[in-house]
Amino acid sequence: MSAIPADSQRTETPRMSLSAFFTTYVFSKDHKIIGLQFLFSTLLWFLVGGLLALGIRWQLAFPWQDMPVIGNMLFAAEGGQISPEFYTTLFTMHATVMIFFVIIPILAGAFGNYLIPLMIGADDMAFPTLNMLSYWFMWPAFMLIGSSFFTPPYGAGGGWTSYPPLSVMTGAAPGSELAQTLWLLGITCVGVSSMMGSVNYLTTIIQMRAPGMTMFRLPLTIWAMFITALLQAFALPVLTAAGFMQVADRLLGTGFFIPEHLVVNNSIPASGGGQPLLWQHLFWFYSHPAVYIMILPAMGMVSDIISCFARKPVYGYKPMVYSISGIAGLGFIVWGHHMFVSGMNPVLGMTFMVATMMIALPSAVKTFNWLGTIWGGKVEFTTPMLFALSFVSMFIIGGLSGIFMAATPVDIFIHDTYFIVAHFHYVLFAGTAMAVFGAIYFWFPKMFGRMMNDTIGKVHFALTFIFLNGTFFTMHILGVVGFPRRLADPYPYKTFEHLQPMNEFMTYCAIAMVAVQILFVVNFIYSIFYGPRCGRNPWGANSLEWMAPSPPGHGNFDFQPVVYRGPYEYGSPEVDTDNYPQTQPPPPKDVPPTSEH
Amino acid sequence: MIDRAWSLFFLMVPILGVGIFVWAMVGVYPMEGLWLPKNVNEYGVIIDNLFMFILYLTGVIFIITGIVMFWFLWKYSASNNAEPVKFTHGSHMLEIIWSILPSAVLLFIAIYQMNAWADAKMRRPMVTNADGEEVVMLPVARVTGRQFEWRIQYAGADGLLDTKDDVFTVNELHLPAYEDVVLQIHSEDVLHSFFLPNLRLKQDVVPGMDQYMWFKATETGSFDIVCAELCGWGHYKMRGQLTLESRERFDKWLANLRAEQLLSVFDPAADDGDE
Repeated sequence: MSAIPADSQRTETPRMSLSAFFTTYVFSKDHKIIGLQFLFSTLLWFLVGGLLALGIRWQLAFPWQDMPVIGNMLFAAEGGQISPEFYTTLFTMHATVMIFFVIIPILAGAFGNYLIPLMIGADDMAFPTLNMLSYWFMWPAFMLIGSSFFTPPYGAGGGWTSYPPLSVMTGAAPGSELAQTLWLLGITCVGVSSMMGSVNYLTTIIQMRAPGMTMFRLPLTIWAMFITALLQAFALPVLTAAGFMQVADRLLGTGFFIPEHLVVNNSIPASGGGQPLLWQHLFWFYSHPAVYIMILPAMGMVSDIISCFARKPVYGYKPMVYSISGIAGLGFIVWGHHMFVSGMNPVLGMTFMVATMMIALPSAVKTFNWLGTIWGGKVEFTTPMLFALSFVSMFIIGGLSGIFMAATPVDIFIHDTYFIVAHFHYVLFAGTAMAVFGAIYFWFPKMFGRMMNDTIGKVHFALTFIFLNGTFFTMHILGVVGFPRRLADPYPYKTFEHLQPMNEFMTYCAIAMVAVQILFVVNFIYSIFYGPRCGRNPWGANSLEWMAPSPPGHGNFDFQPVVYRGPYEYGSPEVDTDNYPQTQPPPPKDVPPTSEH
Repeated sequence: MIDRAWSLFFLMVPILGVGIFVWAMVGVYPMEGLWLPKNVNEYGVIIDNLFMFILYLTGVIFIITGIVMFWFLWKYSASNNAEPVKFTHGSHMLEIIWSILPSAVLLFIAIYQMNAWADAKMRRPMVTNADGEEVVMLPVARVTGRQFEWRIQYAGADGLLDTKDDVFTVNELHLPAYEDVVLQIHSEDVLHSFFLPNLRLKQDVVPGMDQYMWFKATETGSFDIVCAELCGWGHYKMRGQLTLESRERFDKWLANLRAEQLLSVFDPAADDGDE
């Protein structure tokens, strides 16, 4: 972290005392340092999650074969091959790490923290100490989930959805012993961290906007972060409660989720009278809005990037805001579409089907508006723009494949097959992760005062894009055949025995996709130290963060920003320049700054 | 100029995407058998048709949006577009059009599916009983999911479960084809999901709940029973086999099984493996 000087001038300060070092870089209350702490932590976990995915891919391509080189180090007891117990742990941990340690914290934690005060013209968050705590509450989660992975006899293996009774009955699976309790407590810590963040974001966005920054002059990134924070604030308490109920079932014998007359592993549980479906309702009441928590901020950032590099205002700013709000509102009444074949009342399934179909509408409106933004612009194919465009292109696939699952009769067949695995990887990896890469390339100059290499960035983009489609698009086809998820070895089934070559192809693509990320890592680390220095506004953007020094010092702005207009006035006829920053006073004859945009 | 080439990159998405689907649908080398598995359920045709309907509909949208995106990027790349940018904040009329059109289509899809859903999960087949009343059909068997096997209990001659003449078997589900069949499914321990890919049927098996599935097979043959809900380390091993056969063969098989079962109850030593 030594590469983040407090000021772009890199003023030589005398050697820092140890306590000053700790308060500046470790237990910092500066939103930018906290944002970077989130960024570095989540990128490291991204690597872990990716390697776990390769383990899954290995088993599906070459079931029960020794893993070359590393197999004997990892699974010496099994003679170098993945055991079925370990396979369940692998996909449980892959999803857990990617969702709770990468996507949610990298969007809300890293970019939310870094961008919110800068983009609204504030000097910091409303509650800096709470902000610091929200990062440090991730560490107990890291440790609990990390130790859950290594808890004997096997790590948590109930899937990231942790459906009881499998996850509650300690005898039900090797990974259902102590590991599952640690897993549940770890998730609760992530929830506490997110909750602290969301309260902070809401307060900051409502209270600390710069003069002239009306709600409808906020960049869409901030609107998305705002709505995301609302989703977290209202949905998380349910998950936290449900998590504690499951812990109570496990440790105190309460039996919220355990019906009577079970016989698990030849033993009869002491408690009963509960209902496994209750967990699914509570879990998805959080985890469906969480799906939007994992995509809305990406949509916001993509809107900013596309507008900047199309050199044109966002098409339909207000419809974009209403779509984000619409997705969030509908997001609370669609959780049942995860449960169409769960045994839930089928009449309820129809209601959820209609709500789920309708949530495709705001997503469609957003897509049309992104295309409208490109129309008539001057598109500059920079690395961040390519990633942002790929988000739109891939989100169309992820959005359209969702319609198959929303249709209840079709869902009977494709539920729990690779069709759904393809769907959410298109939304979360091809969508969100690509947007995150774009956002890193875009805001890196602001974060570190230096540019990343554009050529390496483009190669990184092109290869990632090709290999991700090789890995994930083929999953649709597997899903059409009915290939189920979470099977350690599907090939003994007559229906699926011929699918191994295709899985092998996907595994090669996945390995290449992970390998290509070395380009990103090298580019990222090298550029922090040796990238060419940039000024305040290397992309010629309009929003407030680009008016601050790169990187901004403590307190962010070296002047009091006053906002005169919205963030997307590119190519405005009012001025001769291409961009028209939010802080630039209008030409004299213009209307006063307080008028509504 | 080279910049513009990136738009071709995005053009490959609809081309290859549609290409792969068409390839798999046609099923030529190397993508043979990579489409919906053979359907042997009278009702499954409806699901397949709905699937194809949505596939064509989304396919058209996919192609149009993909090509529009390519065209905009190609035409309006900075190196190509010498005109000043179109300074606009959007069009109220367009927003209304592209809100109402998709919502009408989506609502249509939702309402169009409801009947099929009701047939699959709500309208259990009816039979006329001795008193001439319409009553729901009773299950011919109960399938109990258990780590990691399917236990099957046939109602036997009296048509009632949990009576003395019930017949038991494991993982080998035989059922008559060409007629309505109702199954009761049940779990003894954790969640399972009873998945019959060739019959387009799937139902999670929830401990503490009795659920029913029904279908009418259009063919005889043997098909996979898959567990589709994570049920523990041996989830992948929870494999059953469904044998669909004519009524006579099914009755004969069941009678044999019952005879074998009686044999093994009274004299286990007599079980000489006559299968």
